[in-house]
Amino acid sequence: MPKKMTAVSRFNSEHSTKSLRTKLWSERYIFLLLLPGLIYFLTFKIIPIFGNVIAFQEFNPFKGIWASDWVGFANFRRIFEDSEVLRVLRNTLYISFMQIVFVFPAPILLAILLNEVANEKVKKFIQSIVYLPHFFSWVVIISISMIFLKPEGIINQVLQSFGYDWVSFMTKPHLFVPIVIVELIWKETGWSTIIFLAALASINNELLEAAVMDGANRWKRIWSIIIPSISGTIIILIILRLGTVLDSGFEQIFLMLNPFNKEIGNVLDTFVYEKGIKQSDYSFSTAVGLFKGVVGLVLVLGANRIAKRFGHDGLF
Amino acid sequence: MHYKTRSDKWFDVINYIFLGLVGLCMIFPLLYIFSVSFSTMEDFVQRDIILWPSNWDLGAYKYIFATKTFGRAMLVSICLTAVVTFFNLCMTSTMAYAIIHRFTGSKLVLRMVVFTLLFSPGLIPSYLMVRNLGLINTYWALILPGAISTFNLIVIRQFFQGLPKELFEAANIDGANELQIFWRIALPLSKPALAAFTLFYAVDAWNAYFNVILYMNDTTKWTIQVVLRQLVIVSPPDNNLLSSLLRDPPPSQTIQMAAVLIATLPILVIYPFLQKHFAKGVMLGSVKG
Repeated sequence: MPKKMTAVSRFNSEHSTKSLRTKLWSERYIFLLLLPGLIYFLTFKIIPIFGNVIAFQEFNPFKGIWASDWVGFANFRRIFEDSEVLRVLRNTLYISFMQIVFVFPAPILLAILLNEVANEKVKKFIQSIVYLPHFFSWVVIISISMIFLKPEGIINQVLQSFGYDWVSFMTKPHLFVPIVIVELIWKETGWSTIIFLAALASINNELLEAAVMDGANRWKRIWSIIIPSISGTIIILIILRLGTVLDSGFEQIFLMLNPFNKEIGNVLDTFVYEKGIKQSDYSFSTAVGLFKGVVGLVLVLGANRIAKRFGHDGLF
Repeated sequence: MHYKTRSDKWFDVINYIFLGLVGLCMIFPLLYIFSVSFSTMEDFVQRDIILWPSNWDLGAYKYIFATKTFGRAMLVSICLTAVVTFFNLCMTSTMAYAIIHRFTGSKLVLRMVVFTLLFSPGLIPSYLMVRNLGLINTYWALILPGAISTFNLIVIRQFFQGLPKELFEAANIDGANELQIFWRIALPLSKPALAAFTLFYAVDAWNAYFNVILYMNDTTKWTIQVVLRQLVIVSPPDNNLLSSLLRDPPPSQTIQMAAVLIATLPILVIYPFLQKHFAKGVMLGSVKG
């Protein structure tokens, strides 16, 4: 009996290795197409994840990962003892929160107003104007705002012509976050209307016509039909945005930082760059980055789950 | 909804005014920068706000193209954008086509792809990887690490999956292998989607600056965005310094604005084409499961 079983299982395994080999051979062209992408993903997306182990080391670039000394969670303990990291974390959350409060509602308002434009040509024209800034680089946008906000810039000229004193916008820490918000609104509001316009397009027309019959004017229709109809989309998007609350827009803030606003403007991503790349404090900055990545992953998965509970597909 | 009450008409009036102002806010900065960049020193100093150049002056542009840095950066950016776009497109479309199939280990590959959407290795480990590969200060550092955007990969895969299966099967029966099916059937049928992603990748490549700052210490290999950052954000040219070097220098303000415009010009040129395609691209994106 046992002998027979081995015989059978050997037969099976022989059969399966043979069929695996022929299967692999029949799939050779697929693997050929897959190979470059696979190598890319492994080299630049997967293997570097294991590079995060230097967060648990006292990494010495000359010794390399294999020979550097292990220090356990010492670098992570440093995160919570370092007052600078805590301030940076607070900055990140504050800027991100202000973005949700002020930047998030803007495209909803714009989409509702665009949706009320009956003339298709006018609507298309305005849309193509408001989409445009999305395609400009952050360097261009920060450059434009710095040119505008300079002491001798156009905004100060306008302020002075109305009899106000000029303001040194770029050196005032308390103006940092408002400027970040305005730049972000300028760049992304138009583009973000796309998703809300899609939601608005799916509203049942009969509902709106019935409201007209009942004598509802435009304001009333917006309040009692249009906004409730897209509230599902709004809630989902807010939840998903809350899932990325540790991301406050790296490129923009990196370009905006200067010695005057560093106290309030330094966020987790810029901190990691400065500590890691500029000061070569690899292990500590990797620990901060890993902390951000893991917390971010948990938040995104949590947000996705909540979004699903609200009866939406979620992201994945 | 043919008749309109008076309040409806008021709503329309206010709405048009508001949207007009929004549109103006989007356009005004560009128009202002365009006008000042073509204005003379006198106009810039005398007039408070320039809305249209009264005396056209090319001084700022002449100055910019006379400096070696800017012309070189322009050339680097144009070549890099072309190479990066082509490379990204090849890498993304081949892999996207491969992963519509079920093959040995396909589930593992798909899981890996989705995982990278959720968790990125982080700045320092990625940087160390590029450094260990010896890519610092080479153009490879700007080409290889961003070869595939996971999001675009998933969207293009979705598009390939939507193509009629019968065509693939028919080609298979006619003796075509997967490479031939990919090249002769899948790619030609996906032209509209690929056009959209060509434009998206090209815009991203043209606008990229952080990878240059990260991987390029050699300033002769800088791209236009990094040169612009240097010129406007990090160390603006000093008017006094300019006048000590040149007899009749353009004001540093107009130089900066001309630089902004040059760095934006390709986007403005391709925008009409972009517009036709991005609706398609965005729709594809929203279909993504």
